[in-house]
Amino acid sequence: MPKITIDNKELEFKPGQTIIQVAKDNGIEIPHFCWHPSLSVSGNCRVCLVEVEKMPKLVIACATIAADGMVVHTQSEKTISARNAVMEFILINHPLDCPICDEAGECKLQDYAYQHSVGESRFTETKQHKDKRVELGPHVMFDGERCISCSRCIRFCDEVAGENQLTFVKRGDKVTIVTFPGKQLDNPYSLNVTDICPVGALTNRDFRFKSRVWDMSSTKTICSGCSRGCNTDMWVRSNEVLRLTPRYNDNVNSYWMCDNGRLNTFKFVNEDSRVNGPHLRRDGKLTKVGWDEVFASAVSELKSFNKDEVAFIGSAYSTLEDNFLFAKFAKSVFGSKNFDFPRVTVPGSGDNILITEDKRPNSLGAELVGMSGNGMNFNQIIKGLIDGKIKALYVVDENLIELNPELEANIAKLDLLIVHASNFNTLTNYANIVFPSATYAEKNGTWINIEGRIQRLKPAVATFEADRSLDGMAMSRLDKFGTEYDRWGKVRKVDARSTWKIIVGLANAFGTKYKYTMAEEVFSDISKSIDEFKDLNYDSIGEFGTQLKFKKQIVKV
Amino acid sequence: MAKKKRMKDLTLLERIYLPEIAKGMALTFQNMFRPSFTMEYPEVKFEPPASYRGRPVLALEENGEERCVACGLCSRVCPALAIEVQAAETEREKERYPEKFEINMLRCIFCGFCEEVCPEEAIIMSKDYELAFSNREDAVYGKDKLLTPVSVLKDRIEFLRQYK
Ligand code: SF4
Ligand code: SF4
Ligand code: SF4
Ligand code: SF4
Repeated sequence: MPKITIDNKELEFKPGQTIIQVAKDNGIEIPHFCWHPSLSVSGNCRVCLVEVEKMPKLVIACATIAADGMVVHTQSEKTISARNAVMEFILINHPLDCPICDEAGECKLQDYAYQHSVGESRFTETKQHKDKRVELGPHVMFDGERCISCSRCIRFCDEVAGENQLTFVKRGDKVTIVTFPGKQLDNPYSLNVTDICPVGALTNRDFRFKSRVWDMSSTKTICSGCSRGCNTDMWVRSNEVLRLTPRYNDNVNSYWMCDNGRLNTFKFVNEDSRVNGPHLRRDGKLTKVGWDEVFASAVSELKSFNKDEVAFIGSAYSTLEDNFLFAKFAKSVFGSKNFDFPRVTVPGSGDNILITEDKRPNSLGAELVGMSGNGMNFNQIIKGLIDGKIKALYVVDENLIELNPELEANIAKLDLLIVHASNFNTLTNYANIVFPSATYAEKNGTWINIEGRIQRLKPAVATFEADRSLDGMAMSRLDKFGTEYDRWGKVRKVDARSTWKIIVGLANAFGTKYKYTMAEEVFSDISKSIDEFKDLNYDSIGEFGTQLKFKKQIVKV
Repeated sequence: MAKKKRMKDLTLLERIYLPEIAKGMALTFQNMFRPSFTMEYPEVKFEPPASYRGRPVLALEENGEERCVACGLCSRVCPALAIEVQAAETEREKERYPEKFEINMLRCIFCGFCEEVCPEEAIIMSKDYELAFSNREDAVYGKDKLLTPVSVLKDRIEFLRQYK
């Protein structure tokens, strides 16, 4: 293998790699604005200038191919002074906006100004003024003055989203970003430009001014929008989810996520419609009751039916642990064969970037842990419901009426409807018993994405029973030091439980002792009883998930 | 073994006490003829100098605009976590303003860090030292109690510009 020397370290590299790539692979940071590991090289910010021995001038590390025997200095006097000069040049027209700018705290320009700048400007003339608050598209706001013309956003649209929507116009210090005439920045991945924009020129209109980044905690989790299972960070302040950002995973989503996943998969967690505590229908009205009472009532209601009259519907929104235990309960505690889950696919809605047609994050997982029994399948259950053969329905985490509005009349006729729901909805309107279901933002568990990769969900929002510090959840500064006497410390904690935990309570009330106290214990049972999960545990699945090897052909959903 | 003389053993003169009493009385008499420094608070109020750090307040411009842009730096630097700011968007040129700004006066330790860090000269240590409340809720000062016209804060602002 050829060798290159960077800062006196001899490093091996693959032919064709650029200096900046070799440096990055070996943990040497060469400052850069316009270079991005997943985009083409444009070489226009010039901040990655480095000194290469025997070359007459400094070269840009992002566009210079490493060669055998090359000697590179990233900290030499010449390099540093060039870097200072480039920083001073970029800062000439950059406004002193940091106090107002949302990017502050996660801004590359801010960071580099500390690390690689002299701290003083010699520029006394008036700065260029450009348009601020330009709505580039439905989700993205542009501030022309803050733009440092790195062209990352343009290249993202062209190369990743596959839609030419942005371009530079004008030249010199008047250069700015616009959308092509008649176009908007409205591709399904548009918000990724707000992540890769190294400054605060492009901001997320949904998140603008909601919070300073240093006041939030971030939790590594998975998007629930479709079966791709993009890796995300969930940002929470005062127990409220404020934004999602993509988390790099080379095997799943690279650096990206879609706008739908980013914007539409977390708001229900914060909503007032959350089911807070178990509810029983009394005199026609859902009334909040205690857990013991609701378990006792569910047991006596369920026992009053013939086994064939009851069906159980799981969900590919729920985790492996939830589905595994729910199926086990239906099968061995209640003794039913009629359990399945709906497959929710929207033909034609997928693309060849990330978005898939299967709108549930865990269909493969629900299948694998046996959420489909060998009795009636989902369609037969629905038919039984229409025919009146099914008199009692136990539904977890799916709103059947939303899936098929025509079922409303049949559901209204049911003798018993038990629902696990995170929010009150059209289905809970008809429920006799509502168990408060923890959302994916509130639980530990695992999902399996479309490619058979098992990935971890981690709780970012604390439920009533959770304790951020004892449960090892991510803590912001405010979480650490707040008390119950601080207004920000008075957070809402919903009394909700993961489905597996509700099932444990219910099975125990049925007289079958389930001893699980943590999702991890349910998982270890899964790994013992199902081949595909052999030898896996939460630690070995890790931050980036693990690809499963399938022994049997899985029914493609 | 010889008896060791200790530092705290009194001399004879000290032991008979009379000279000490005379010294004490002399001091008392002296003070009877000195000018008095006691203030008849609350009838008479203490007017602190510009260097005084009373409770932090928010500056309100003459045209009725608040200076604060809700950057949250004061909240970040506050060692006592006394300040809570919630930003929101406005139509004004500086597009950010505090929708909510609260200082918990039970937490504040009057260090003045917030004033020092503020990029907008918006949070200023006033001369107000009269803080009394009978419950925790009242100790959290919202914008209604914080916003103070700059004219009232002139002294301190001049002091800051000179020494900060
Ligand atoms: S808007 Fe941001 S990403 Fe786009 S060119 Fe300007 S600085 Fe770069
Ligand atoms: S592609 Fe699917 S998993 Fe990825 S962000 Fe979008 S909705 Fe979420
Ligand atoms: S004076 Fe100090 S303790 Fe009081 S609010 Fe300001 S920074 Fe916080
Ligand atoms: S530092 Fe100044 S401008 Fe920033 S939030 Fe505090 S008072 Fe407002």
